[in-house]
Amino acid sequence: MSFPGSGLAKGLAVTLRTMTKRSVTAQYPDAQPDLAPRTRGVIGLFEENCTVCMLCARECPDWCIYIDSHKETVPPAAPGGRERSRNVLDRFAIDFALCMYCGICIEVCPFDALFWSPEFEYAETDIRELTHERDKLREWMWTVPEPPALDPAAEEPKELAAARKAADKLAAQQQADAEAARAADRTEGQPADQDRPDTSGEGT
Amino acid sequence: MSDALDIALRLAAVFVVFLVFPLVIGQTEHKVMAHMQGRLGPMYAGGFHGWAQLVADGVKFAQKEDIVPAGADRRIFQLAPAVALLPYLLVLVAIPIGPHNAVGQALDAGIFFVLAVMGVGVLGSLMAGWASANKFSLLGGLRTAAQLLAYELPMLLAAASVAMAAGTLSLPGIVEAFHWWWVPWQIVGGVVFFTAGLAELQRPPFDMPVADSEIIFGAYTEYTGLRFALFLLAEYAGILVLCALTSVLFLGGWHGPFGADGLGWLWTLVKTAILAFGVIWLRVTYPRLREDQLQKLAWTVLIPLSLAQIALTGVVKVVISS
Repeated sequence: MSFPGSGLAKGLAVTLRTMTKRSVTAQYPDAQPDLAPRTRGVIGLFEENCTVCMLCARECPDWCIYIDSHKETVPPAAPGGRERSRNVLDRFAIDFALCMYCGICIEVCPFDALFWSPEFEYAETDIRELTHERDKLREWMWTVPEPPALDPAAEEPKELAAARKAADKLAAQQQADAEAARAADRTEGQPADQDRPDTSGEGT
Repeated sequence: MSDALDIALRLAAVFVVFLVFPLVIGQTEHKVMAHMQGRLGPMYAGGFHGWAQLVADGVKFAQKEDIVPAGADRRIFQLAPAVALLPYLLVLVAIPIGPHNAVGQALDAGIFFVLAVMGVGVLGSLMAGWASANKFSLLGGLRTAAQLLAYELPMLLAAASVAMAAGTLSLPGIVEAFHWWWVPWQIVGGVVFFTAGLAELQRPPFDMPVADSEIIFGAYTEYTGLRFALFLLAEYAGILVLCALTSVLFLGGWHGPFGADGLGWLWTLVKTAILAFGVIWLRVTYPRLREDQLQKLAWTVLIPLSLAQIALTGVVKVVISS
């Protein structure tokens, strides 16, 4: 049950109430926006982690990643061993005019060389200047924020769990080795122990 | 003071009001509309909260090329903005803002003059729509014509009711005769007058003739630069005229709780400003009426209401005089 025109009055009330509230506009060029840690701005490259596996370039739906590399041989690690080869990155460029910011390259990178940076002010006056080379991508790398802290009740990250498992295994191995060494010690030093009956009494 | 100087001063004052107040209303619209939509509105031009935005807009319009379409009726096309704008200047001359002859020119048939001249303003849109040689402009022009036919009638009837109540056609005379109980007595007429006036100005929610999302910009589609700016100025001058007229006819003009003699003009301004705020408020709040809804509102609601108001006015007049 409502009066005719009560909807009109309600509409007027809504706009009047909005007018008395503070506006929500962010004064962008004067005040920098408060961006979330997962903001998708540009893509930063951490060169040291890149092995030129080309997965990112292969998976890119827009084919906007350009990678050039060459192979170098490294002397054998052990004398008499085989010479090893290594990929060296010559060029890593992303054409941000083509990029659709899907993030697949970052997803597939097996060595954590690509990251989302929240940097978003990279407009150019010429579309060709939107192809950014490795030095620029590395500069952006430093703007990548720390990943947000895990939820207190979250599952332990896979890496940590694996590392702990490996460390536990190693510790157990070392303990077993020490155990074995001590046992060997004991069998060898049996005659000497004869002089001290209080330490070896229960064992024998 | 000689007569010539007196006339010149009055005309100059009216002209200044005509040039300044529409800009003030326009700037208010920028800001009020923005805040009603949770925005800030223009903030940069001029420094303090973008006060010079409309001046900057004017400069921008003045820089633009003035284009007349090849197929257009050249003379009519170029004349249309002036026809749309000048009537409001003429109307301002006759609107009293204070007691003791504080009016550009007191006319005995003021209300008649004012309504007749205001009607001419719509002719500018008709001329623009027809002369543009553009089907959207023509559509807009025809809708303007239909709207003019539909809304001029309730507007005149509502004004006639006030003239009946005051027993005079002179605008200062009507304000002179005003008593506070006229407000509840004539409220229906006032609402009808104001609503019909909004439709005459093609202000939202009655902006079907210029509906930019349906027919681009109606009659103004082909206009550029200063001529387009003149149409916009005509719209704001129209708001000023409509609000001033409504406050003079239905809200008692310079009558206020105090200061009736010295500060009467202030009351007129305050009432006009509040009504102008209302115009902006309505624009922000309501969606555009469809063409058929717009016609239906005029013919089935406003005209019967204004006729009822006239009947009521007549009855009360007879009861009072007997």
